[in-house]
Amino acid sequence: MTILAKYTKLREHYHRIAGAGRDPFTVKFDAMLSPTEGMLNGRRTILLGTNNYLGLTFDQSCIDKGVEALKSFGTGTTGSRIANGSYDGHAALEQELAKFYGRENCMVFTTGYQANLGIISTLVGKDDLLFLDSDSHASIYDAAKMTPAQVIRFRHNDPEDLNKRLRRVADHPGNKLVVVEGIYSMLGDVAPLKEFAQVKRENGVYLLVDEAHSMGVLGDTGRGLAQEVGVEDDVDFIVGTFSKSLGAVGGFCVSDLPDFDVLRVACRPYMFTASLPPSVIATCLRSLERMQEEPGLRTKLMANSKRLYEGLRNKGFQVGPDVNPIVAVSLPSIELAITFWNRLLEEGLYLNLALPPATPNSQSLLRTSVSAAHTTKQIDTAIELFGKVARQLNVQPALVQTAAE
Amino acid sequence: MTTDVNDIVETIIAALVKTLPTPVTVTTETSITRDLGLDSLAVMDFVMVLEDKFDVSIPMERIAEVETIGDLARTISELRGHA
Repeated sequence: MTILAKYTKLREHYHRIAGAGRDPFTVKFDAMLSPTEGMLNGRRTILLGTNNYLGLTFDQSCIDKGVEALKSFGTGTTGSRIANGSYDGHAALEQELAKFYGRENCMVFTTGYQANLGIISTLVGKDDLLFLDSDSHASIYDAAKMTPAQVIRFRHNDPEDLNKRLRRVADHPGNKLVVVEGIYSMLGDVAPLKEFAQVKRENGVYLLVDEAHSMGVLGDTGRGLAQEVGVEDDVDFIVGTFSKSLGAVGGFCVSDLPDFDVLRVACRPYMFTASLPPSVIATCLRSLERMQEEPGLRTKLMANSKRLYEGLRNKGFQVGPDVNPIVAVSLPSIELAITFWNRLLEEGLYLNLALPPATPNSQSLLRTSVSAAHTTKQIDTAIELFGKVARQLNVQPALVQTAAE
Repeated sequence: MTTDVNDIVETIIAALVKTLPTPVTVTTETSITRDLGLDSLAVMDFVMVLEDKFDVSIPMERIAEVETIGDLARTISELRGHA
């Protein structure tokens, strides 16, 4: 019995998946040709699973800013901000994000994962209650493990279920924090945020919205779902990431709460990790500007999303409930999903294989994410390839179970 | 074991039998994660069903401490006592 013996079952599961063809966990691109195309084993491959919503990873002005910062400030900060101090860029990015969201305060984190982990686990203490949507991202569940607060799950996207759970503890004297996501990363389904905001108001609790997949995607200026449905005033904390629409890595939280800055000396995932390299900060500052300068990117993104969503649906594939840049096709078995994924990759289309237990209701998903940088031809090619592989595998798409269930 | 806990055990077993893909004999001593083949998420989803049946909220950290059906029934009984 080695210390890793507890993972025997996991290892068997992993080998079964990897043994069916390529190992989806170790796909290695030899080169990136553009935001939407890479070289995989000598073959040009369409990238349809990178969360690169606005396609800004190769934006020349972002690259120039990054290179400039790399030359002026070096490769890294080599430590945390509380120990090594902040560079101009870190504070500037926080100011710009606060301005973009129209909020008083902003804290930048080294990853989006750490932003959720740090903010959520620090906001609620041992006398408080934390309410999570049951389909929450791993970073939210991990925050729940870190906090001494009581943690209560409510049914996915079900404001009435949350309301019921809040009423059960109406007499509890602690603070209560509700966490939901703008767009859920597996099926691309959107939270009924207007209704959640009403439940929040009626029960007098705090509301945090993770806009990781909706920033740059939804809302008049790209602030996300809260802006899209007009409930920003009800949202106390917005968490987001730089690794999707902004094309880099990192995370943030904005809020109007007075004394928010005390979190800088309370939040351990902020304090005890190295801050982002200045070059990353510089590209994010620029991509945040680009996102605002060019609202057409969002229009193009949504047009591409609609084209892929409807194209797949018209071929009989069962997709998620909402038209969004995340389009997930549900297949009836893990084995079929693995085979389908391998065939698509052989045909030059890369997307994400998402399997239980990482998926809602134990579904086997082929998860795509659309970019504003995709050409119409790339989207159409993807739809055709789905149809071709389905025919090869004798899959009757119309009989495929619904991802919305 | 009190009557209350016994009643809760019966309700849990009745609900669980409906949930499981294959018939399993469930007793007070049955281990929820080991004997039923449920992963941690499935356990949490099943707990939601029980929360509605008993009108309690069982915090996640309490679920983590539960091993057997009997433990789960005692936890629910305690939470109802405090309600």
